[in-house]
Amino acid sequence: MNIHLDLFVTFCKIGGLTFGGGYAMLPMLQREVVESRKWATESEIMDYYAVGQCLPGLIAVNTAIFTGNKVKGPMGGICAALGVVFPSLVVITVIAAFLNNFAELAIVQSAFAGIRVCVLVLIANAIIKLRKGSLVDWYTCVLFAAVFLLSILTDVSPILYVVASALAGVFIQWRTARGGAAS
Amino acid sequence: MILLRLFYEFFMTGLFAVGGGLATLPFLERISANTGWFTHQSLIDMIAISEATPGPIGINMATYVGYITAGIPGALVATLAEVLPSLIIVLILARFLKAFAAHPTVKAVFYGIRPASVGMIAAAGFSVLKISLLDLPAFGLTRSIADLFQWKSLILGAVLAVALNIKEWKIHPALAIAASAAIGVVFRFGR
Repeated sequence: MNIHLDLFVTFCKIGGLTFGGGYAMLPMLQREVVESRKWATESEIMDYYAVGQCLPGLIAVNTAIFTGNKVKGPMGGICAALGVVFPSLVVITVIAAFLNNFAELAIVQSAFAGIRVCVLVLIANAIIKLRKGSLVDWYTCVLFAAVFLLSILTDVSPILYVVASALAGVFIQWRTARGGAAS
Repeated sequence: MILLRLFYEFFMTGLFAVGGGLATLPFLERISANTGWFTHQSLIDMIAISEATPGPIGINMATYVGYITAGIPGALVATLAEVLPSLIIVLILARFLKAFAAHPTVKAVFYGIRPASVGMIAAAGFSVLKISLLDLPAFGLTRSIADLFQWKSLILGAVLAVALNIKEWKIHPALAIAASAAIGVVFRFGR
């Protein structure tokens, strides 16, 4: 099979069989990309995944692009990216079209009132998981609290928080490094 | 030109949301507030659908917003616009991946961005809490604590919080969402 098409189809499969996004994708990646296609080694995939988590954008998409690019250059990256988003495009468009017609029904409203509670719990669980790698010391806890409160109380664009916290991170690390060198 | 605006909004989301699908949530809230394309409530429904269907959550949410805003062309534009910054950044970085990840300045940048990202997700979670567990209109009228909470929702939330954290049960989020929908219908939530 044409390698571009193969990349597209394989990542279609990975996208279509992953529930819950980035974090759930790793086992599928290991099976399809490492074991069955041998496109990348286990440790390469872990690197892609680790860096993909830090970069802007979606983890699943970033990891797909890294892998595709390794196999067949930029065109390979593009094919893998299109593959991983394709199932969502189809499935979600169908669901959205369906829901548009039924959203007003009382029974659908009640169902979503129940679902919203579940979403709240899922978000809380995700935050608890994310906390481990991000709130690592006092500085990061203060940054977290400041951004949390400002987001609730003010109407500032999230872009500003990202830029400001990046600068704060550089400043804190620079001061810590300088303090370490002085003592 | 709504497609152009969609492209711009989702390109910026893809460029600045760090930390995966839920990190796009504060950006979507902002889009909702600024444009009125979709309500805050439908945003939460969208999270549920995204979690319950296959595919990365962030992509599902972009497709959904794009579709309800401008139909199938909207779904395509929003999704591809959100992926485009990743394509540009990853294809540039792939050449010197290891050196990049180990660079002290890069590490310092992400040391700062990560807690901020969690803070924004937590704030988005707080606004979900207001809509799903509280009944602010009723509380505003009566000022009675009994009217502040949607008690049925509060009980469901407590049960889910316990059940989803029992490691041995391994309840799939899609199953939890389906069960919550059924409970919402049976116990006539929100009515």
